[in-house]
Amino acid sequence: MVEIKVDVRGETCPVPLVEMRKALRHAAPGDIVEIIGTHPASKKEIPMAVEALQLELLAVEGTDTDWVIRIRR
Amino acid sequence: MAEKATIVVQSGDMDKLYSALIIANGALAMGMEASLYFTFWGLERLKKGGLEKGPLSKMHLLGLGKWMVRRRMEKARVASLERLIGDFKALGGKILACEMTMEIMGIKREDLREDLIDEYGAVGSYIKDARESAITLFV
Repeated sequence: MVEIKVDVRGETCPVPLVEMRKALRHAAPGDIVEIIGTHPASKKEIPMAVEALQLELLAVEGTDTDWVIRIRR
Repeated sequence: MAEKATIVVQSGDMDKLYSALIIANGALAMGMEASLYFTFWGLERLKKGGLEKGPLSKMHLLGLGKWMVRRRMEKARVASLERLIGDFKALGGKILACEMTMEIMGIKREDLREDLIDEYGAVGSYIKDARESAITLFV
């Protein structure tokens, strides 16, 4: 199992969502993708995307402008 | 099979190209397939060196408006169209160029960024895709 870190701090729509998807495409099943960001809407929308992709949302932590999201592929 | 989003890019305006590419990238990021159909003024943006050349759809003000919006976008760290179209392709998005537009406007394949274009087609290709799409938009 590999842990992939994605840093999108300072990035705005749609970059956090796109970088999340890119990382997930590179991940193997079971790998964990951790995204660190500061864009408020993405904190809500990345979990929506995780649901749409039928993956496992492990954690959403932090404030709207400083958050960490962990996903298992 | 994944749900699809199909977008006609008829406008060559910078702001509208942003709308189309952001929506298309969002669709791909959320697990959909996405296709962009470039036609008329939109196709001008697929010419070599043409992507960032579009005017603003409103308040272009001979380029002054665009310059101001550009500056604000840079400040807000909005990605460039070049980056967005690169991401679109990297996530498996499909780009189609309208052959009739090419004929009308005298655009040859070698004038276009052929590396980005997956298919050259007409309305039939669009309808085939659009009829099985969950989202279809005209920009």
